[in-house]
Amino acid sequence: MEITMIYYLVPALVMFCCGVYGFITRKNMIAMLISLELMLNAVDINFVVFNRYLFPEHQEGMFFTLFAIAIAAAETALAIAIIINLFRSAKNIDVADLTKMKH
Amino acid sequence: MDYSQFLAMKQEICLLVVFLLVFLNDTFMPRKAQNGLGVITCILFALFTAWGFYGVIAGADASAFAGMYVTTPVISAIKNILNVGVLIVLIQSLKWANSDVQVIRRGEFYELMLVTLFGMYLMISARHFLLFIIGLETASLPLAALVAFDKNRYESHEAAVKYVLTAVFSSAIFMMGISFVYGLSGSLYFSGIAEAVKTGVATVPLVVAIAFVIAGMGFKLSLVPFHLWTADVYQGAPTSVTSYLSVISKGSAAFAFLVIMWQVFGSVYEQAWEWMLYALIILTITIGNLFAIRQRNMKRFLAFSSISQAGYIMLGIIAMNAMGQAALMYYILVYIFSNLAAFGVIGAIENNTGKVYMEDYNGLYKTNPRLSVTMMLAMFSLAGIPPFAGFFSKFFIFTSAINQGSIAIYVLVLIALINTIISLYYYLLVVKAMFINTENECVIAPFRSACSERLGMWICVAGILALGIVSFFYDSLLTLAGC
Repeated sequence: MEITMIYYLVPALVMFCCGVYGFITRKNMIAMLISLELMLNAVDINFVVFNRYLFPEHQEGMFFTLFAIAIAAAETALAIAIIINLFRSAKNIDVADLTKMKH
Repeated sequence: MDYSQFLAMKQEICLLVVFLLVFLNDTFMPRKAQNGLGVITCILFALFTAWGFYGVIAGADASAFAGMYVTTPVISAIKNILNVGVLIVLIQSLKWANSDVQVIRRGEFYELMLVTLFGMYLMISARHFLLFIIGLETASLPLAALVAFDKNRYESHEAAVKYVLTAVFSSAIFMMGISFVYGLSGSLYFSGIAEAVKTGVATVPLVVAIAFVIAGMGFKLSLVPFHLWTADVYQGAPTSVTSYLSVISKGSAAFAFLVIMWQVFGSVYEQAWEWMLYALIILTITIGNLFAIRQRNMKRFLAFSSISQAGYIMLGIIAMNAMGQAALMYYILVYIFSNLAAFGVIGAIENNTGKVYMEDYNGLYKTNPRLSVTMMLAMFSLAGIPPFAGFFSKFFIFTSAINQGSIAIYVLVLIALINTIISLYYYLLVVKAMFINTENECVIAPFRSACSERLGMWICVAGILALGIVSFFYDSLLTLAGC
């Protein structure tokens, strides 16, 4: 069986949608962060697949993915640091409780 | 590799030099010599800002890294506009940064702020999406750390969490859009994509990709319906950071958005994105205004006012003509001065008395007349009352939109005009509180604000008064834009 582009694109899209769904429905901030990672990784798969199948003559998509991975790591590190900071002062990382500034 | 191409990035390199000097001073100088760190940063940055204007006058077009980075006099001009804003923010934050709680880590405050500005420079100069994304992240990640800067206040952490999660979410959406564009065109260069997008043919994947890109940038610009983080982050962040977020971050994102929409997707303007932006502008201006009416906290109030101002800025993008670009830059310049004047007053009152609610401002004119007059000028300018700069910026941005010519845009400008009148109501509520509600004693006692705060407010007031009346500013911006 020949594996065409669509076999990669559909899982990537499903991953992205799962990420969006998780980001909106999850209450725990670490789970939200995992959902964000899913979204970023779906983007990476997209870039690599487009590069490999459609434009194999140059490497633009691959390099974008490399940088995107590094950026995603930096984002996660920062977000974790901020969440730990919040946990220290609130003893809780449930988003439903972050309502001090609602009004 | 030809290293001389780095010389094209004159402003970036100079900013890096300023950053390194501040960093070395913060790290290696003896403790005694560090008392002047804030002042040194301000002076270095002022020199850099003054030098930057040379780039506008004498600057020629240059590009580096195979066209990934370009600079033109227009780009130098928008960078200088941002520099002026950052300089005012630095001056206004001097007192806060020197306060006992912050003094131990104020070096980080300056360093993070300069790095953020560096990212915005890259964002504005980028002509390739890889460099653009790097700039975008360099601009938004340190900002999240800045929002969390008040380590002892719970609100600051809450705001930082909200900011960092929405920032990552929005960049993921933006990058998804870029990946579709890449799949359609096979290039990440702005020019390469523009070649592949056929004029007037908007395929379904292209429209989806543009929608993703607009949504991603909409989060950065806090356009409705992507604005939900704005009010909380503005309220929770330290006031200096809030003022930085609301003018500099928004101004640079607006210009970068203009470059992307015009240069990359300009050929499918009518088919693909005019109507998207059209709906966003109406929603942004109207909802921003309506929610601003019911705010009592001054920082939340300015957050919603800045949402609706972002809607007006977008009119320059939908105009899609040379005047639109000049009007957008002029609007950002005026918005920097008016908004920073308002934040300067709010910050001074918060530093001295800790009051942030509108009720506390009742009768402020009796106790602190100068602050009230500054606030009044800022409100008049934001609302667009004639002799002040805000009127002219609104006038130019409406004119540029009308020059686009279609009936739909006329309707849009009419809606924006009606909204200007609504916005008058809530801006004048503040003025009324300060000047007319004087039956009770004002809770804010008379105080003398610090010398740096006064300097910042004087600069802002001078800008509000001069920018509209002195035609040099918008004349030169119009000449730069080529009309």
